[in-house]
Amino acid sequence: MLLEVEGLCVNYGHIEAIRDISFDVPEGSVTTLIGANGAGKTTTMKTISGLRKVRAGAVRFEGKDITNAAPYDRVKLGISQSPEGRRCFVGMTVRENLDMGAFVRNDRKSKAYKDDMDRVLALFPRLAERINQSAGTMSGGEQQMLAIGRALMARPRLILLDEPSMGLAPKLIAQIFSIIKEINEQGTTVLLVEQNAAQALKAADNAHILETGEIVRSGRGSELAGDDSVKAAYLGGDV
Amino acid sequence: MDFDFFFNNLPQLTITGLAFGAIYALIALGYTMVYGVLQLINFAHSEVFMYGTFATLWTVWALTGSGGASGMQLVGILLLALVMSMLTSALVALLLERVAYRPLIKRNAPRLIALISAIGASFVLAELMGLRDRVTGWFGLDDTLDRYVSGARINASMSGVVNMPNVDIFGIPVKTVDLLVIGAALLMMVVVDQFVRRSKLGRGIRATAQDQETAALMGVNPTRTIQMTFLIGGLMAGVAAFLYMLKIEVTKFDVGFLLGVKAFAAAVLGGIGNLRGALLGGLLLGVAENWGAALIGTEWRHVVAFVLLVVILLFRPTGLLGESLGKARA
Repeated sequence: MLLEVEGLCVNYGHIEAIRDISFDVPEGSVTTLIGANGAGKTTTMKTISGLRKVRAGAVRFEGKDITNAAPYDRVKLGISQSPEGRRCFVGMTVRENLDMGAFVRNDRKSKAYKDDMDRVLALFPRLAERINQSAGTMSGGEQQMLAIGRALMARPRLILLDEPSMGLAPKLIAQIFSIIKEINEQGTTVLLVEQNAAQALKAADNAHILETGEIVRSGRGSELAGDDSVKAAYLGGDV
Repeated sequence: MDFDFFFNNLPQLTITGLAFGAIYALIALGYTMVYGVLQLINFAHSEVFMYGTFATLWTVWALTGSGGASGMQLVGILLLALVMSMLTSALVALLLERVAYRPLIKRNAPRLIALISAIGASFVLAELMGLRDRVTGWFGLDDTLDRYVSGARINASMSGVVNMPNVDIFGIPVKTVDLLVIGAALLMMVVVDQFVRRSKLGRGIRATAQDQETAALMGVNPTRTIQMTFLIGGLMAGVAAFLYMLKIEVTKFDVGFLLGVKAFAAAVLGGIGNLRGALLGGLLLGVAENWGAALIGTEWRHVVAFVLLVVILLFRPTGLLGESLGKARA
């Protein structure tokens, strides 16, 4: 198992953001967490990448306990994240942002690095066109592509994508999801957090539904997408 | 107002002002970088500078002996003094980060608490130097080190060691020391600017300044990045201290206070968090106060400097260049 989350509890002050969450992310899969605003999806992501302190429970990566590891050590192990709201470095160029994604690597002059850069630019031709442009001048969709490309530059085993479709036009959303599929086919395991449940369930092998800090349903993506109560609660009844 | 004197000496007044301004700018780098990354005003940075002046002074004292030095020997001594000054200031800056800030940052203390810690550290460092005769006395070293510790609360001087001639530029007599100070300071500013813009560590610093959480997601170690900014600020304060001693030749345990306030003002004037702003603010402040001093009297120089600061901030509250370290043109 690539990532195991076991009995995870995280608090913000006295408020319990997530309560006793357990799930696995199998190697090579696309796993998704869906749920409404405030359900604890982003908190779960931030805890996996080490930005939030754990009150109880454990996170294991390839069997290794990383519950209390620093964020930068987790990047070195192979976990990288495209955060909610993209969070591109707006004062830097596209290329500098991509270089930032590879901050933990020490092979900037190597062929492997150049190949990875080429691979990201092939996935996102728009980034190639704007390579020397300041990230802050780009549209939301382009910044989302940059955030995902930046996370890929770390050469992750597991990529965490937090709300990649947020605020994007339907056409762009379809494009982002097809790229997520492509990334997965190229061998990177994906953990995807989404409010767009319909698209996420379609893309995912495994899915977990979060409600007020707890996992209330788990199953195959296709199975949950066909479930009537899930349809009613998350898919607006018309998928 | 003494307009005749002012206009007759305008070139020299400007060059001397630029030399002061260059020193302010180098010290201002330390304030502005730490602010850019931590949103914290390192009020103890003035003491980082002050320790550098003493490192320069003592190195020169220890190596010139009674007969003085000249030629290549003197150049060697001065280069060593520069290195000692940079190392000492860097060490004090790193110590500050470790003792006065890191424990607070780790606990997520409010910035106000860190500010108080900074002011406290500043007093401790200054008074430690001002009471160095007593401190060495506890260890029975005050006799051995008499020359270095006696008169701990009065001026200590290295005047007469370095005598640089004036040169004529287009018929205007200019002090070589001023040219050296301006040139060296500009060179250091360019080095730091390029380092922050182009190197991987510099990119890490800019990323942390812009968004610490996302920088951590990229694998940037925030503690190391913060240490790095203190280190760079310390090294530059060391250069400033050396140049200050070349020009002024005299130092004292509380020399950092006014210089620190001026440099901080320069950083705010240029736009705090902005490296090029620090340079611009420093030079502007240096020239303005030197002109003001010539026009209305030397005793008004600090008044001129701070009136300028207030007036500019009234119209441009974010300073002249007003960008943060995270931005492209930092």
